[in-house]
Amino acid sequence: MPYQHVTFHQTGSLAVGGRLLTDDQRSVQSGRRRSNSLTLGHRACQGCGEALGARYALDAVQRATGGQTIAVNATGCLEVFSTPFPETSWQLPWLHSLFGNAPAVASGVAAALKAKGRTDIRVVGQGGDGGTVDIGFACLSGMFERNDDVLYICYDNEAYMNTGVQRSGATPPAARTATTEAVGPEPGNRFGQGKNVPLIAMAHEIPYVATATVADLRDLEAKAERAMEFRGARYLHVLVPCPLGWGSAPKDTIEVARLATQSGVFPVFEAEDGEVVGVSPIRHRVGVRDYLRTQRRYAHLFQPDERTDIIDRIQRGADRNIKRFGLLPAGVQEESAS
Amino acid sequence: MNKPFAITLDVGSSRANKTGSWRTERPVYTDRLPPCNNACPAGENIQQWLYQAEDGAEGGYEAAWRQIMADNPLPAVMGRVCYRPCETACNRAQLDEAVGINSVERFLGDEAIKQGWTVPVDATPSGKRVLVVGCGPSGLSAAYHLTRLGHAVTIRDANDRPGGMMRFGIPQYRLPRGVLDAEIERILAMGVTLELKSTVHDGEALLKEFDAVFVAAGAHIGRRAYIPAGDSARILDAVSLLHGVEEDEPPLLGRRVAVYGGGNTAMDAARTARRLGASEAVVVYRRTRDRMPAHDVEVREALDEGVTMRWLSTVARADGGRLLIEKMQLDDAGFPQPTGEFTELAADSLVLALGQNADLSVLEGVSGITFDDGGVQVSPDLMTGHPGIFAGGDMVPGERTVTVAIGHGKKAARSIDAWLRGTSASHQPRHDLAPFGDLNTWYYEDAPVTVRPELEAARRVSTFDEVVGGLDRATALYEARRCLSCGNCFECDNCYGVCPDNAVIKLGPGQRYEIDYAYCKGCGMCVTECPSGAITMEPEET
Repeated sequence: MPYQHVTFHQTGSLAVGGRLLTDDQRSVQSGRRRSNSLTLGHRACQGCGEALGARYALDAVQRATGGQTIAVNATGCLEVFSTPFPETSWQLPWLHSLFGNAPAVASGVAAALKAKGRTDIRVVGQGGDGGTVDIGFACLSGMFERNDDVLYICYDNEAYMNTGVQRSGATPPAARTATTEAVGPEPGNRFGQGKNVPLIAMAHEIPYVATATVADLRDLEAKAERAMEFRGARYLHVLVPCPLGWGSAPKDTIEVARLATQSGVFPVFEAEDGEVVGVSPIRHRVGVRDYLRTQRRYAHLFQPDERTDIIDRIQRGADRNIKRFGLLPAGVQEESAS
Repeated sequence: MNKPFAITLDVGSSRANKTGSWRTERPVYTDRLPPCNNACPAGENIQQWLYQAEDGAEGGYEAAWRQIMADNPLPAVMGRVCYRPCETACNRAQLDEAVGINSVERFLGDEAIKQGWTVPVDATPSGKRVLVVGCGPSGLSAAYHLTRLGHAVTIRDANDRPGGMMRFGIPQYRLPRGVLDAEIERILAMGVTLELKSTVHDGEALLKEFDAVFVAAGAHIGRRAYIPAGDSARILDAVSLLHGVEEDEPPLLGRRVAVYGGGNTAMDAARTARRLGASEAVVVYRRTRDRMPAHDVEVREALDEGVTMRWLSTVARADGGRLLIEKMQLDDAGFPQPTGEFTELAADSLVLALGQNADLSVLEGVSGITFDDGGVQVSPDLMTGHPGIFAGGDMVPGERTVTVAIGHGKKAARSIDAWLRGTSASHQPRHDLAPFGDLNTWYYEDAPVTVRPELEAARRVSTFDEVVGGLDRATALYEARRCLSCGNCFECDNCYGVCPDNAVIKLGPGQRYEIDYAYCKGCGMCVTECPSGAITMEPEET
């Protein structure tokens, strides 16, 4: 884990804050004067993981840069719900151009700041998985290749949620979307397609690549702050459950993200210069079934008949993640989250 | 119009958009009743004092001790002899192991004695005089609470030293007398008058002298059973045995001692016999271990010390040096039935631990008072049928433990206070119980219970030294912080942190949080992620 875990035998630093913690042990989010980069009144759905993830990440970046950050946003939910002109929820300098060019615009802003000698001001590019994995991918790869001084954050909710839940390159196998319906012998999204952008980013050998989720705030904050210690291209991939698109209960957004990590479906790790340097180990392991059951996009795996074959295939994928990234320290037993 | 090209509207903040109007349910902060508090016969606010103890040496321990003292004036005693219904109820038992509440209480009680903390009496004197009969846990508790309520209290006790069964029934290896004396002394120093060797007879006449009387004379008369016995048989009862040891006049028991009975007193008698030099101490009980009234921890400690058990056995006849034992069998209803099979057991003496009867002599003949089930009939506020005379502790039917007695003392004090003032005792409505299922245990650290050190079994059978050791400052703090704070906010900031709509307002240390209903969309994430289950969703009014 990238941060020092404090054990208090009550909640320690597993919770957001805690009255027994000293100021330097507290998370950014527990502070009464956190910057709230994304403020009140935004139009995200109830229980939106992306709104939460964006505030977590940008508040941490703002603390790391002393409030000297410019954000460039791709088109997507995050842009639409935060900025229906003339209103905006952003409390930092913020630009929006097109769906596919956010990494390029961010590169441009960084170049402009460099030209002006204002390298104290840092640049964050951000977007959803559609804008990052699919539509903006060429610009993103170019940004990585040139090693432009930008932190790009992808808030991954695994489909095009803003336009009505269409499949993206980040949609997981077997998930139902508007374009991968739950019909036929292999319902939902196909196996063996899509792309893993954190690994692609690592292949560019950029200084810093990390994954995180909204279920582990401390880890996400530590990674956002760590990213700001580097110059050059950096990539942070944050899993943000979408109650609307995933068919999960709004109250369970964090729980769903937690199950994604504890089942091994979503590995949480960080890498420097193309090499994995740290992973978040699984604390209470669960089977993928417990994760899939929380979401209606997988309902066809459980009714009318349980598709054990498909669930097992997803389980094998999770097991592979666990093995590949070494997510399971000795002694963690599998338990049911029934 | 002084705007850039193609711009017609002023840029504004989304704060104008009151998203609270989307809500159909609203999160509401609650305080629920933790199962420990619910289970405590003395009515302690355990969750609250553990919370205070979490602050540790900088005022936390003293604040925690004062919180205990609001309900129970004998924490150091209680931290040793209580049978811990709180720990049985503790939600943490379902996670790893119950919080060692009792050991923290003992630590706080000992710390108070060490530091000399006292409780001030700041009520204005009421001018009323109350007599407490019996200086056991119930009487002391009542005297303490009545004094704090401003009444002048006199305690009369027939013994030469105060403490009742805490002194004459509980052996020293469970409750060192220095601890008992210190806690009693602290109560007396608050202005309670103690009259020892004072036997009270005519309860009714006492009301001429006092405005109210609380009778807590206890149950210290050992119950006998008819056992055919030869001339040379040596039979005595457990109460006399324990009393004799306390008076430094232990009866002669011999090398092989049989104890007849299956309660806590039987365990105490057997363990005391071992300490008095008996090489064999056998408990004879007519049912099986799972039906034994003795608490598990007592049975375990007795077994550890080499006490042996004879289940499903009754004593049919006692002679010098041997007992005739009849084997029993449980019938379908679980009652032991004789089988006609007999065996012999070598025993130099037989100690009867068949229960105790209440000492009702004070109240006999008092008008209006009725007896039932070997005890005094009292109303829910502990008043007997005679106005102004209250009774509690082991004298009234119910569970007989020190903790229950202390609870009775507090309750009686409140009732007497209300009666003297011509009002009725106010009962606060109880919160709903905080169930384990409402906790989000993900956030709690994995931390097993700190087990108190126990004296080496070999050493403890030969001495009356205290068997169970105490926690030190570090382990007590660790143990206090294992509390899950069930149903009560402990300011972990989770709700404040996880709200995607920034609709939780943090009010600062000790002030908790507030929901900003103008913006709360009612997703319920704060409820799901609250570790202690201190937030609930309620339907929005339409």
